[in-house]
Amino acid sequence: MPSIQNPPKIREMGNLDIQNLKVSFHTREGIIHAVDGVDLSIKPGEIIGLVGESGSGKSVTCNSILQLLPTPPARIEAGKIDWSGKDLLNQHDKKIRGIRGKEISMIFQDPMSCLNPYLSVLDQVAEPLVIHGMASPKDARKQACEMLVRVGVQRVVEHPHAYPHEFSGGMRQRAMIAMALVTKPSLLLADEPTTALDVTVQAKVLNILKELCTDLGVSVLFVSHDLGLVAELADRVVVMYRGKVVEQNDTRSIFSNPQHSYVKALIACRPTLESTPVRLLTVDDFMNPKSGKDQVLEKLALPSLNLDTQETLLEVQDLVVEFPTEDGPVRAVDGASLVIRRGSTHGLVGESGSGKTTLGRSILHLTKANSGKILYQGNVISLENIQDRTKFRKSMQIIFQDPYASLNPRMTVEQALLEPMKVHGLGKSRKDRIDHVVKLLEEVGLGEKYLNRYPHEFSGGQRQRICVARALTTEPEFIVCDECVSAMDVSVQAQVLNLLRSLQASRNLTYLFISHDLSVVKFMSDEISVMQNGKMVENGLAEDLYRDPKSSYTRKLIDSIPLANRSSNFRL
Amino acid sequence: MKKFVLSRVVQAVPTLWVIATLTFFMTRYAPGGPFDTEKAIPQEIKVKLESHFGLDRPLFDQYLLYLKNLLRGDLGPSFKYPGWEVSELIATAFPVSLTLGVLSLGIALLIGIPAGIIAALRKNTWLDYLPMSLSMAGICLPTFVLGPLLIYIFSTQLGLFPPLGWYGPADWVLPSFTLGLFYAAYVARLTRAGMLETLQQDYVRTARAKGASPWRVVTRHALRGGLLPVVTYLGPAFAGLISGSFIIESIFFIPGLGKFFVTAAFNRDYTMVLGTVLFYAALIILLNLLVDLLQAWLDPKARQAQ
Repeated sequence: MPSIQNPPKIREMGNLDIQNLKVSFHTREGIIHAVDGVDLSIKPGEIIGLVGESGSGKSVTCNSILQLLPTPPARIEAGKIDWSGKDLLNQHDKKIRGIRGKEISMIFQDPMSCLNPYLSVLDQVAEPLVIHGMASPKDARKQACEMLVRVGVQRVVEHPHAYPHEFSGGMRQRAMIAMALVTKPSLLLADEPTTALDVTVQAKVLNILKELCTDLGVSVLFVSHDLGLVAELADRVVVMYRGKVVEQNDTRSIFSNPQHSYVKALIACRPTLESTPVRLLTVDDFMNPKSGKDQVLEKLALPSLNLDTQETLLEVQDLVVEFPTEDGPVRAVDGASLVIRRGSTHGLVGESGSGKTTLGRSILHLTKANSGKILYQGNVISLENIQDRTKFRKSMQIIFQDPYASLNPRMTVEQALLEPMKVHGLGKSRKDRIDHVVKLLEEVGLGEKYLNRYPHEFSGGQRQRICVARALTTEPEFIVCDECVSAMDVSVQAQVLNLLRSLQASRNLTYLFISHDLSVVKFMSDEISVMQNGKMVENGLAEDLYRDPKSSYTRKLIDSIPLANRSSNFRL
Repeated sequence: MKKFVLSRVVQAVPTLWVIATLTFFMTRYAPGGPFDTEKAIPQEIKVKLESHFGLDRPLFDQYLLYLKNLLRGDLGPSFKYPGWEVSELIATAFPVSLTLGVLSLGIALLIGIPAGIIAALRKNTWLDYLPMSLSMAGICLPTFVLGPLLIYIFSTQLGLFPPLGWYGPADWVLPSFTLGLFYAAYVARLTRAGMLETLQQDYVRTARAKGASPWRVVTRHALRGGLLPVVTYLGPAFAGLISGSFIIESIFFIPGLGKFFVTAAFNRDYTMVLGTVLFYAALIILLNLLVDLLQAWLDPKARQAQ
């Protein structure tokens, strides 16, 4: 007789089978075929990773299953979604509601906006049990409390009336997980559940998710843009591109032997911790192998920088920046020091709230520092003198994280690029300035024809190129890149990173490269500083810092990066 | 919470003082006086009257005296209603205005909120267009048109309610609706806008993903956020409602507070003007405080801010 101690709890229920799903969005601009004939199946107990870039249709596919898409504008044109013998697309509303949250649960991307700010967390986690009549309100709260403790939200035991805004992002996402799993569903749909979280928090949340789902025998559809992250978790990976599934295979085979050129590209264009390529491969290299972009860089063959002989361009000494709050001042930057050498890239890593952005902004004097010194080319910059200030601002520029928010939607590209030149009185005539702008646009891979367009006519990657061009208009020596690729898909990210590197080589630029993503920082930087709670934890050459981190915090940051993203020749 | 309420009450004192001062000097510097009538009264009587009410003293002395009396809660005697204290006049008229105001507000909320919710849920269908065009009409239609219209239909033609007077509950119906429908129109539009905003929120999708019914999604998840703009509007609206409406009172012959606002100003009834303005100001301050408390009750984040 076979032993049945702790058998893996696999339900007979819970086969999801999507056949030829077609979803389109009917907008004023026309019809967008977001999902264009997707086949996908999930067996009980299986963890499937659904990977694709923004706009690939992965989230739309995921939201179609429980029919959570806003209709209109979304319309399911064709297909079948079979859930244990029931066609979900042809069910009465009431039947679908009986499945939502009970048989199939869902976790969404942004834990900040996905919890109701007006209800206590405990009540929200208990709600699915109440809705489906699985427990009395009192019992439901008890079960919810147990589940919350299980995912690590102990706070509810002492504070049962705590509201979402009293929790951190990571804790809220744990609460979302508890809410989805409190009814012990058969299938969990997780739509980018850790994208909005810091790496270390992401690692913890993923562990909890995986453990709990394995324990409860829940199958998972894990939607993510991050192939490396999915590799940590999924048994099988499905890759979507432009509304279609281009490849699906078990995780090991996808990585060791990708078939489709897009999948090959996705694997190749991530910067990893172990490799130090001069240039990242882009999706274009794989999809249109003859396009020949960015070849300048390959020819350039970056001279390796000898940091010891490079003069110091910028030095930060004991910088303190405080922000007033109701509970007294908070030190965002707490005595940080930094030396940046001319022509190098200095990486600055840390989690959100570590003070890295504040440090970057106070270097540019966009945020006022309380104490400490900032030396530029050996001189303390006095901002009292307007001429000094203008000269200083001209030689230092910044590129922000969100190219959507940092371009004025009511200014054309021409206006946006001409403005800094006008401010600093550059160029002899208008024609002179426009010639310069056109040259810059060409340098960042755009052209003259874009001059009269508005920001909304561009994709995210193109907008960031515009921001890069704008930063270059004043011919600066030093540029702060503040999380400038964080909001981007890997393929776009690779293009922008390549651009920044080739500009650095051709113009001898110095960068302060701020990011929460250690692998991106590692790719870009000569030296790296690690920040935690406003303090510098560690400082060193990029390679040394990764090979032999001195502080436990740096170690933790490295360990939190999914294995597949650490090495380019990752094999399971 | 107690601290918050206390600090707001303390803050109200300088506000009321500024209002009292401005009103005092503005009325005094306005041309004319309480005892200027079309038919000239004998000089010696006017002098006697003015000395009786202390109007012959230096202006600043009068001002100090007024403030001193005010601190004791004494609003002074009315110049135009002999033998009546201003506070007595307000005390007799306010209950009438309060009744009318509360009823109108009730009608405004009972009609406006459901209409707004339905319009938001059925956006761009006839269930949206119909209430929204009606509410636009309600906003555009002045009360002095709606009032007589209601009197004509429900009193003259159908004989259901008395056309005027303020004696019993039957008299309350037509004026309350006249006033309430106007506010209902505003409330409906605010509710619709608030609900449309909230229904798009990610947490509403979360609620749907849990299997919540449309009823539950609206009542438990969307309504609180959706009603916040309405609550903000309620404070000043309610103060306006219960401090009386001159037009409604004139149409329906209601002995409310509204007429004092207008007649006192025309009559240069200095103490009456000051009394009603201060009463109205205090009412607004009080109601805004109540609105803030109500918002805090609805929104835990605002609660923390307090």
